[in-house]
Amino acid sequence: MNINLTLIGQSITFFVFVWFCMKYIWPPLMSALNERKKHIADGLAAAERGQHEQKLAQERAVETLRDSKSQAGEVINQAQKRAGEIIEEAKGDSRTEAERILIAARAEIDQEVNRAREELRKQVASLALAGAGKVLEREIDEAAHSKLLDDLASQIQTG
Amino acid sequence: MSSSELTSGAYIKHHLQNMTYGQHPDGSWGLAHSAAEAKEMGFMAIHVDTMFWSIVLGVLFLWLFRKVAKKAETGVPGGLQNFVEMIVEFIDTSVRGSFTGKNPLVAPMALTVFVWVFLMNFMDLLPVDWIPSTVGWLGATLFGADPSHIYFKVVPSTDPNATFGMALSVFALMLFYSIKNKGVGGFAGELTLMPFTSDNKLVMAILIPINFLLEFVSLIAKPLSLSLRLFGNMYAGEMIFILIAIMYSAGIGMGIFGGFLQLGWAIFHILIVTLQAFIFMTLTIVYMDMAHSEH
Repeated sequence: MNINLTLIGQSITFFVFVWFCMKYIWPPLMSALNERKKHIADGLAAAERGQHEQKLAQERAVETLRDSKSQAGEVINQAQKRAGEIIEEAKGDSRTEAERILIAARAEIDQEVNRAREELRKQVASLALAGAGKVLEREIDEAAHSKLLDDLASQIQTG
Repeated sequence: MSSSELTSGAYIKHHLQNMTYGQHPDGSWGLAHSAAEAKEMGFMAIHVDTMFWSIVLGVLFLWLFRKVAKKAETGVPGGLQNFVEMIVEFIDTSVRGSFTGKNPLVAPMALTVFVWVFLMNFMDLLPVDWIPSTVGWLGATLFGADPSHIYFKVVPSTDPNATFGMALSVFALMLFYSIKNKGVGGFAGELTLMPFTSDNKLVMAILIPINFLLEFVSLIAKPLSLSLRLFGNMYAGEMIFILIAIMYSAGIGMGIFGGFLQLGWAIFHILIVTLQAFIFMTLTIVYMDMAHSEH
């Protein structure tokens, strides 16, 4: 346990070790540690940014969904309105068409009635002529009296 | 060296003697063959075992850490790199906590002090006879020397030369940075103008010697307490291991009991080994901080 040169030897050793550590060990280790710290911090920041963006995207998606829902509702409303309009139009069209058909039918009926009346009148005239012919037999000259009978027929017709 | 012809006293003394290389009084150089011869060599002698183990352990530390530092990756670290980085982070946190100045020397010095002192202390946990008897056997076989004259102390921090060497180096750095940062005047002022001050110039003149006495003692106490704390703890721990080892030669019952004692003390000693390394490192940082900060 004597104090001797070992003291100085130990001091020199100490300084050499400290110098070596300061020069070759501490700086690379610290730079590696700091760089990793920075990497991790960057990674965390990126993750946070990603999460933020995801939140924004979700909000945007919800908004888009809401918009499209309201648009769809509008489209349906419009379609319903248009359908109602089309039905109304069709109803109107069919009513006028029905009226037109009715009018045409009436006109045809009138025509038919007139024609029947004319026919009837002609038949009545010939019937009357035949009847008169039967009654008068030969006493009546068909040629002489046909003018008279035609006049009578036209009188009936006008009367 | 628990051969039967040795007494307990001789066994202990043998274990506490360093392998000393120096000049014999007759002028020849060589290893001391006894404690008395080592004493006669005076200052011009060197403890081969202390130097050997401290350098081996220091180089082991530097080699291991350099290996990691050379290929330190910023990606996911492997096992050894993780371990080294854990220690470095721990030292860095301690330095940031206690050291307020700016000096690129302090953190590497704290790392060196911590790991080196830890490794030197850790040699205490090796069974006390392993390495000394191996060296004794080697000496006897290779050189034909008497094993009882071959001394070998394995724990460098039980040699006051080692602890004083480190403490005085730290002290020298402390003085150097004190004067560098505060100037000679500032450093002298710190020694003489505190803690007692007075506005009266005459009273101040009386107070200066008192201040100097107090501050000088506290200044000198720093390296002394730093080295003696480590030395005392390690020396006492080593002594207890040696005492336990003596029990092995006192019959099988005592031997088994000694085995349990050694196990218990070794487990407890792991704490002391680490704690003393940590205290030495922390005080080094604190002293360096004192050298950098104004009071």
